[in-house]
Amino acid sequence: MADIVLDKVSKSFPDGTVAVQDVDLEIADGEFVILVGPSGCGKSTTLNMIAGLEDISSGELRIAGQRVNDKAPRDRDIAMVFQSYALYPNMTVRENMAFPLRLAKLDKETIDRKVDEAAKVLELTSLLDRKPANLSGGQRQRVAMGRAIVRQPKAFLMDEPLSNLDAKLRVQMRTVVSRLQKQLGTTTVYVTHDQTEAMTLGDRVVIMRGGAVQQVGPPQELYDHPKNLFVAGFIGSPSMNFLHAAVQDGELHTALGTVPIGDRVRRELEAADAPRELILGIRPEHFEDAELVDDDTRRRGMEFEAPVDIVESMGSDKYVYFTVEGEKASAAELEELAADAGATDFAGAGGNLVTRLSAESPVAEGQTRRVWFNLEKIHLFDPANGRNLTLHEGRAAGALAD
Amino acid sequence: MSINATPTGADVAAEETRQPAAVPKQRGGRRKPPLSENKKAERRLGLLLCAPAALVMIAVTAYPIIYSVWLSLQRFDLRFPDQREFIGLENYVTVLTNEFWWTAFGVTMLITVVTVAVELVLGMGLAIIMHRTIIGRGLVRTSALIPYGIVTVVAAFSWRYAWTPGTGYLADLFSDGAPLTERASSLAIIMLAEIWKTTPFMALLLMAGLALVPEDLLKAASTDGATAWQKFTKVMLPVMKPAILVALLFRTLDAFRVFDNIFVLTAGGNETSSVSMLAYNNLIRGLNLGIGSTMSVLIFITVAIIAFVFVKLFGTAAPGSDDGERR
Repeated sequence: MADIVLDKVSKSFPDGTVAVQDVDLEIADGEFVILVGPSGCGKSTTLNMIAGLEDISSGELRIAGQRVNDKAPRDRDIAMVFQSYALYPNMTVRENMAFPLRLAKLDKETIDRKVDEAAKVLELTSLLDRKPANLSGGQRQRVAMGRAIVRQPKAFLMDEPLSNLDAKLRVQMRTVVSRLQKQLGTTTVYVTHDQTEAMTLGDRVVIMRGGAVQQVGPPQELYDHPKNLFVAGFIGSPSMNFLHAAVQDGELHTALGTVPIGDRVRRELEAADAPRELILGIRPEHFEDAELVDDDTRRRGMEFEAPVDIVESMGSDKYVYFTVEGEKASAAELEELAADAGATDFAGAGGNLVTRLSAESPVAEGQTRRVWFNLEKIHLFDPANGRNLTLHEGRAAGALAD
Repeated sequence: MSINATPTGADVAAEETRQPAAVPKQRGGRRKPPLSENKKAERRLGLLLCAPAALVMIAVTAYPIIYSVWLSLQRFDLRFPDQREFIGLENYVTVLTNEFWWTAFGVTMLITVVTVAVELVLGMGLAIIMHRTIIGRGLVRTSALIPYGIVTVVAAFSWRYAWTPGTGYLADLFSDGAPLTERASSLAIIMLAEIWKTTPFMALLLMAGLALVPEDLLKAASTDGATAWQKFTKVMLPVMKPAILVALLFRTLDAFRVFDNIFVLTAGGNETSSVSMLAYNNLIRGLNLGIGSTMSVLIFITVAIIAFVFVKLFGTAAPGSDDGERR
């Protein structure tokens, strides 16, 4: 077990492309850290550099306080789990799991004992004599995990280990991975493009974009206090709504009406180079059917009326899509997120509003409904650089904060 | 015919058109489900489409094989056509008790084993180089394949001139005497020419096998603590095994029929004849159709045995198959 430190680690290729740029990251001993981001953000490259499968162009990588930049993967004492599982097809499950131990020249008894232990933990005992070809996806995945844990390495590196599983199994395996990591207490770096996995699994989440780290923090902090537009849009499902907002006479003109702003944001906007146009972000759960809001709550927000487009009842609550008029929010980050999500999720961000209302709401498709939203939970972003203007000392305070 | 007691005219007409489909249905109940008209027509068309190819195959392979087997059972020397008669297996006894045959057989086996083994090692090296090259990949691959692109006889002649004292640059290097006039050195040169020519082919087949090894598997082996050599022997080779067997099968069958290099380099002198060479000498030069055909049939049988052994090996070669139950 060990801590992993990335000190200004960069990766550039001979043709000049920079895959990873000055990544600073300190992963504590026993911590579960998730690297997340859209495809091509450099998360897998970062993981491969930690594993030693890719050279580090500049910067320093330390595992347990020791510089390992020039060490071969086999000398780093780390175990890796791959998306493709990468099981040796010619070996049985037992041989697969014993492989790293055999290479480490352990005696046969120790190997057998360790493999049996690991198999027990992962409920693989009955499959030990099978070949990978005769296992299901979930079983293969567990064998791959087993091969990693038998060695008791300094760290686990996992490269989208659950991406090839079907949705149900993925949820199941998520808890397996989580429990296993807690049990073993081994430092783990986990790469995924799935924000749900990132939210549910990690002690800390590292969000990457274009080879650079955007924000590092516990999942809830990233969700509540996103540093910038990209983080705000990436974390959360359904994702945050983004609306165009024009600054005028100390107020914000948006498709949801005129939004008042507090002193702190006003001061920010009074600066000479302050943007005249902003992007207003609000999460679906910060909307509520106006009928269901008590007076006390009502005062903290404001209301608007809009035609209901689609109602999706989830049982516990309702996802209601409203059509709103007005200009679409546009920023480079939003386009990137749209491209990553296959465009459909975000394309309607300007004209379509996703809200999560109580299940009791009698809302129906086709009608026009009055909806309340919480002004304290609003985020304002600068479209030029994506910065969150409502963030103060790392806390998002809404538009009204003084 | 019909179950209806009193069929009307229209019913009878309908019954008749239904009849062909209905009759096999009743009978088919015992065995396979009956084929519909559509399926039958499709099958007929399938057979028709295969027929030309099947006929050509029969004309060019089945007929010569059967004919040579027939010839091998006769005393048939074109120099004494009058003595032609059916003698059963006598030709086989003659050949199999003849020391020339066994010498040639030994030479052929030696050439086969040595060349294929060396080609496998060299071909693997070449395949890895071709697979790993990033810069000038096309150039590397093309130049590696040049020997295979040259006509064997042409290459053999250039080897012959190279080893001929006085004119050849290689013969002078190794000084005393003419290497192609001694048995050991002749065989070595024949094998060298074979290896030089067919290693690229081996490499090409093995490269296809290399492409089958997933990159992740090698990465996994690296993190599991494998050295480069361990990755090669414990991960790459087992995964490549089917490709290696295919390459070995092709090359073994080819090598066993070695002819052109020997024909050009030594013409079979100094006991360097292969079985093919011997068969050619008896059949074409000696005009002894009976003995020549016997040798051809024996070569055919040996090749068939080699192929059979390899195909047996394939069955257990596919990596990942559970051979637990079969054992």
